[in-house]
Amino acid sequence: MALELYLDLHSQPCRSVYMFAKKNNIPFEFKKISLLDGEQYGEEFGKITLIRQVPALRDGDFCLAESIAILLYLAEKFKTADFWYPADLQQRARINEYLSWQHTGIRLHGSKVFWLQLLLPKLLGVEVPQDKLDAALEDLDSSLKLIEEKFIQDKPFIAGDHISLADLVAIAEVMQPVGSGLDVFEGRPKLSAWRDRVQAAIGKELFDEAHQMILGGVPVMDVSKMQVLKSKIIRLFL
Amino acid sequence: MMELYLDLLSSPCRSVFLFPKVVGIPFEFKHVDLLSGQQHSEEFGKISIVRKVPVMKDGSFILTESTAILQYLAQKYSSSVADHWYPADLQQRARVDEYLSWQHMNLRAHGTKVLLLKFMYPLVMDSEPPKEKVDAAVEDLNQSLKLLEEKFLQSKSFIIGEQISLADLVAIVALMQPIGAGMDVLEGRPKLIAWRDRVEQALGKELFDETHEKIMKISSLKSTLTSKPGLALMKEMFLKQFR
Repeated sequence: MALELYLDLHSQPCRSVYMFAKKNNIPFEFKKISLLDGEQYGEEFGKITLIRQVPALRDGDFCLAESIAILLYLAEKFKTADFWYPADLQQRARINEYLSWQHTGIRLHGSKVFWLQLLLPKLLGVEVPQDKLDAALEDLDSSLKLIEEKFIQDKPFIAGDHISLADLVAIAEVMQPVGSGLDVFEGRPKLSAWRDRVQAAIGKELFDEAHQMILGGVPVMDVSKMQVLKSKIIRLFL
Repeated sequence: MMELYLDLLSSPCRSVFLFPKVVGIPFEFKHVDLLSGQQHSEEFGKISIVRKVPVMKDGSFILTESTAILQYLAQKYSSSVADHWYPADLQQRARVDEYLSWQHMNLRAHGTKVLLLKFMYPLVMDSEPPKEKVDAAVEDLNQSLKLLEEKFLQSKSFIIGEQISLADLVAIVALMQPIGAGMDVLEGRPKLIAWRDRVEQALGKELFDETHEKIMKISSLKSTLTSKPGLALMKEMFLKQFR
């Protein structure tokens, strides 16, 4: 049985895993889980992971959730090039530092802006108070600033001269609010230059393919399936 | 000697304090008093612009993020640190990585939120926290505890199996946060209580208790807290997050 990756490319961590697997020619079966259709709450997916989030991996009998864990697993199992997750102690630590920080550092804020600015009002018809949106934008702004000043600094990539898992995870997160119409790169030449380098290292075709869904605007769908997700999002972000 | 910048009121600081102590890695404890706002000092800003704890300084190499610090120490001292802490085996290591990743937005986030709302909010805001926020936070924490039991532990002694790892360490210190707030989160959860006892034993009860002294006594700090400069900054955070 081939390795299975359960993915929805609306999700940032799914994009990172997708790009990594594709870029490294890791053979896998793409198992689509449509988050907006509530498929993560289905019985079948519950057997893959009780966490009920994507991405998820199934390798024979072994099931794994959490994109960071999946990326590290794939890098080790398929012995990808050292620069993705260097064996060097300090370089690896820099990447681990970013992979840890990003959960609450950028992921939370980028997701929040994406939901508050796009999906909640335009898909679900939920009114979003302006001060909540402003607060989210402010947090996102601080995060992007920190990415520039602490993680990238004057280096080409987060770990130094080469792209690594850190950049792959970062770029997917930074692109999320772009999907809701916010140009995060405007007025940020350092971030833009880094984005260009990451895109070139991944390959424009693969990058665009991974981001096609998120840049497609408001999806056309049956919102009656979204009630569970809707209440979770409202609790999380409003 | 390696320096660790810590405040034991913080759960990630406690995991970074416990691990080198248990496995015998020497370090110098540099106290950063969060309630006094020391993380905002100019001096600490030179150590880390993120202005959070823990921070590790190993020679000229400075590293933030507790899970990164733990992984660094396990790797650097791999010849003397037992394998079970961060196993070389692909699937076992993945299980540890899975927990270390999941916990940020789950057990850690919800455990801290319960402490902030139930304990800190009344002190800082001089009023009771909004009931629906408290109820939501408690519900989220319960959901995290359920997953800890049903997905991460199941019928094993520890998260990866028969031996303790970084995952259990990070889990236990996060659990102590709401416990410090006076919430007996393990009540009615015999499986987790048994696991907690095993973890305490594996770490050493004396060391475990020493590490958690400050958080367990947080209620006695109440009278001194209101005059602490760190509180003004917390007020801003509360207004933003919990209105």
